[in-house]
Amino acid sequence: MKQPEIPISPSKYIKRYLKRCITGPISLLMGLSVTLRYFFNPKRIITEQYPENKKTLKMHPRYRGCLELIEDENDENLCTACGLCEKACPNASINILKTKNIAGKKVLGQYLFHLGSCTQCGLCIEACPFGAIRMNQEFELSSESVDSFDLILNKKEGRG
Amino acid sequence: MSSRKLPPGFREEVLDSDTEEYFVNMGPQHPSTHGALRLALRLDGETIVEVVPHFGYIHRGIEKQAESMNYLQYIMLSDRQDYLTAIQNNWGICLAFEKGLGIGVPERGEFIRVMLAELGRIASHLVFYACFGGDLGGQTALLFGFKEREMIHDILDEVTGSRLTTNFFRPGGSVHDIPDTFIPRVTSFLEHLEKSMVDYERFLSKNIIVLERTKGIGILSKEDAIAYGCSGPVLRASGVSYDVRKNDPYGIYDQLDFDVPITYRGDTYDRYVVRIAEIHESIKILRQCIKLFPEGPYRSKEKPSIRLNPGSYYSATETAKGLYATYVVAASGDKPYRIHTRGPSFANLAALNNMARGHKISDLVSILSTIDPVIPEIDR
Repeated sequence: MKQPEIPISPSKYIKRYLKRCITGPISLLMGLSVTLRYFFNPKRIITEQYPENKKTLKMHPRYRGCLELIEDENDENLCTACGLCEKACPNASINILKTKNIAGKKVLGQYLFHLGSCTQCGLCIEACPFGAIRMNQEFELSSESVDSFDLILNKKEGRG
Repeated sequence: MSSRKLPPGFREEVLDSDTEEYFVNMGPQHPSTHGALRLALRLDGETIVEVVPHFGYIHRGIEKQAESMNYLQYIMLSDRQDYLTAIQNNWGICLAFEKGLGIGVPERGEFIRVMLAELGRIASHLVFYACFGGDLGGQTALLFGFKEREMIHDILDEVTGSRLTTNFFRPGGSVHDIPDTFIPRVTSFLEHLEKSMVDYERFLSKNIIVLERTKGIGILSKEDAIAYGCSGPVLRASGVSYDVRKNDPYGIYDQLDFDVPITYRGDTYDRYVVRIAEIHESIKILRQCIKLFPEGPYRSKEKPSIRLNPGSYYSATETAKGLYATYVVAASGDKPYRIHTRGPSFANLAALNNMARGHKISDLVSILSTIDPVIPEIDR
């Protein structure tokens, strides 16, 4: 709410006006000195030159990027298709299709991951009792086609 | 005049001026409204007669969504309310869940929470500083504020795995322990920040343009601030010393030594001063935490799914914007019956009309900026 202005005498007003004429520009120059110091010391600027520094740019180990299955050199994964990550996911980004192996045991058929609806919350990783999934350090996840957001994470069927 | 139909939201009152009043929309796509917020203005010349905020453009029904999610999944949604203070929202919600579970947090876990929350508070206030400078026309301040904030977000990125949507706290502690590099990084960052704060205050606090445009503008009296349910820096700038960290301590805030900065005029400049003073208080808290940081477990117990004891639980926390309260009604099962959130920006925005009446449109920009609203938290 705007307060009513208290009237002051003309002499006081002129005094205040003249004082501000001097202190005003000084305060502006003080602010400008901060800018000028950055201008003459470019080392203090911390802007990263993003597309140029792509090779040296590393995300932190805990960074939550795209979901992936932990696989050894033979493309074998640890997933047992228990479905706990599917239940833990808040927005149904994970679908696990089970199949049966030759012995008749339930194993992982396809690990479907919908990157488009994933919010990178990391609950699936916490829910996994076998440590079979992790989130990689990939951060350039945008794509031109919608189909490329539906990923099949496993290369082989699970061992069970 | 009285025969004319007013747009929705405005009060029926007849002006005593001879000129014709008119109505202007500010937003929903306006750079100074900080998001999709529409302000309908009733103007007499350039003077504001009434402001009616219209919101809900990005309403997602978070409270309704919570009823179909389990407790752990809801923590993810708290990041998406006030994204500038995500880590403090996580804490507020976990506090309510811990009451329902009847578990506590180990000492190390409490220190991790306080340190991350205070870093988040500094980051949020720096964004305020940046936007405040930007709204008043100082684009340099806009970039300076974001520079230090970026360093905080890099620390949060290393600890939590995400810059903004942290989703880090769980009932009983946090997801991970802090990495070894955390304490040295925070120490060096605080030294850097204290040097930068001198620059920042030199840049805006004594600038004649800022002083002329903020002093005596948008005064909110003590009585009105309490009546509108304001909280946080908006309330404290009006001379009410209320901070949940002091008045109703949670975590380990009762063991820490810090002051609650207050000012008494309640104008736009005071709200700025309170926030700058709070950054210094947060630095003080972080320094104490580094000194006292204990060893030991960081999380009380691991459980794959959590079930609250049936009943209702309430928690109140002080985020950078003000009082963030959660009310959980738990039924049997792993899903909440109802979760309600009391957001600070929503209540603070209600006082906008009171502050802006009688001022010019250009003052409304600075007044709205000092409320520091975050639209996703208002719309929810």
